Amino acid sequence: MTAVLERPAPAPPAGPSARARRLARRVAGPWTYAALIAILAGSAFPVYWSFVVSSQTPDAIDSMPPVLVPGGNLFANIARVFDTTDFALALMNSIFVSGTVTISVVLFSTLAGFAFAKLKFRGRNVLLLLIIGTQAIPTELGIIPLYMMMAEFGWAGEIHAVIVPGLVTAFGVFFMRQYFERAIPDELLEAGRMDGCHSLRLFWHVALPAARPAAAVLGLFTFMQAWNDFFWPLVVLTPENPTVQTALSTLASGYTTDYTLVLTAATIGTVPVLAVFLLFGRQIVGGIMSGAVKG
Amino acid sequence: MAVIDKTVRRHRWDTKFAPYGYVAPYFLIFGVFGLFPLLYTIWVSLQDRNLLESDAATFVWFDNYAALMADPYFWNAMGNTLSLWLLTTVPQILFALVIAQLLNRKVRTRTLFRMGVILPNITSVAAVTIIFAQLFGRDFGLFNWLLGLFGAGQIDWQAGTATSHIAIAVMVVWRWTGYHALIFLASMQAISPSLYEAATLDGANGRQQFWRITVPLLRPQIIFTTIIATTGNMRLLAEPLLFNPGAAAATGGSDRQFQTAALYLYEQGFTKYDFGYSSSIAVVLAIATVVVAGFGYLVTKRIRTE
Repeated sequence: MTAVLERPAPAPPAGPSARARRLARRVAGPWTYAALIAILAGSAFPVYWSFVVSSQTPDAIDSMPPVLVPGGNLFANIARVFDTTDFALALMNSIFVSGTVTISVVLFSTLAGFAFAKLKFRGRNVLLLLIIGTQAIPTELGIIPLYMMMAEFGWAGEIHAVIVPGLVTAFGVFFMRQYFERAIPDELLEAGRMDGCHSLRLFWHVALPAARPAAAVLGLFTFMQAWNDFFWPLVVLTPENPTVQTALSTLASGYTTDYTLVLTAATIGTVPVLAVFLLFGRQIVGGIMSGAVKG
Repeated sequence: MAVIDKTVRRHRWDTKFAPYGYVAPYFLIFGVFGLFPLLYTIWVSLQDRNLLESDAATFVWFDNYAALMADPYFWNAMGNTLSLWLLTTVPQILFALVIAQLLNRKVRTRTLFRMGVILPNITSVAAVTIIFAQLFGRDFGLFNWLLGLFGAGQIDWQAGTATSHIAIAVMVVWRWTGYHALIFLASMQAISPSLYEAATLDGANGRQQFWRITVPLLRPQIIFTTIIATTGNMRLLAEPLLFNPGAAAATGGSDRQFQTAALYLYEQGFTKYDFGYSSSIAVVLAIATVVVAGFGYLVTKRIRTE
């Protein structure tokens, strides 16, 4: 029966045009490809341009028509960035901040997400609603009191002032909760309970291994977000102890902007997230398409 | 007997109290470093509190708000914020719908194209703004060179209100459209192909199918995206700050032509250290965001669902 159904039907003599048939089957035509390639080029161009400038000599940026192909000056420019500012410190700080924040967000989100999805406790739904509600609040608007707190603690200008507020996110908890809801059957946990498993052991031996795919996606997002974070580090850190992003801002703020220098720094600062993106692009795309909207 | 009793007690303790322990880290850290500062902003906004003048804070009721309402710089910043909100949110959603529609066809190398549209979103806002600021340069910028090929004169993008808003909007739209497109794409894939097949048999062309089938069925996602994009676009700060970097960056251009409300908050709070006044800007901006998001909700809710 199925074989009959799958056989391509002979085209009726006065049937719909080739274009209409393609429309019905949703197959991309040449115009779709042309549009998609144009979009791809537009998406990639600014990043490519930044790379081109950072591989050229400083006078290339003032040339008309613009130079559009990479040159051989990349390493000289990189050396100049590290000579001009303490970019090594900025990179180290950014790695430390993003790494710590990522580990912490994944750990605490997994723990709380597991509790919200699979354990019963009084007030669970109210607390979960609170988390969903706080997801929508732009916490940057509390930046003045947050700065006052950090000054009070003596943390202003210190790197942990950037780390501590980022240790948990509402999105992470909700994301992991949604995953656990689907990923672990209740019977499995019941069986563990019957065997006398403490809930922390259930978490460690059952939930955590099952959570690995979602935890990885959350980790990727968190790392990239922490790496790119700008406003709060700009406010609380000093130019002497920067992250990559605030160092970029300082470099760009000179009396006259040396664009070759600044764009070289921007290129260096983009490489880590770009590497993560190229390695795990499929997971990142899947994460956005699956988890980020279910609100 | 004692052993069993101990096990039972431990089990009861485990089921009753342990879950609170698992969710506690989130609520503790978010409470102290997220929620508390947010609420405390309201209290600070009722105080005369300037770090440069004195350490003391005096309670002044609504003086800061009264001053704000009479402050032309504030209204200028609010106007710029609304203008940029419109110039970023509407194109973002329209382009995202079109891109999602393209990606929803049966395409070879679809992962490549999907990664391509999301690439702008993973690059840092600081790096992107600096790159675009150079591309929008008056004398040696690529955009002016391209316009010159078509015989247009050189535009000083930063100097004008309209041109600077367009330039900033381009950066924001470039960065966020792909993200929204993927969210739309996820919902588009859930639409039954039979709907399109039936429409094709009825003679509906692609454009008609897009507006009559796809857009109405995507209404929940369009509403959601409008609200998310609004909360982001109402507090643009990095783009106007780094579009014109330098000593006077916080004013958003020589005539404050692209100073957003969030940037004015930053200027008052962290270049003049007027914490009370700056907090009142934060509160008004939060209210304005809720109002504009509500407006966006009412508009997108009117999308026809047949």
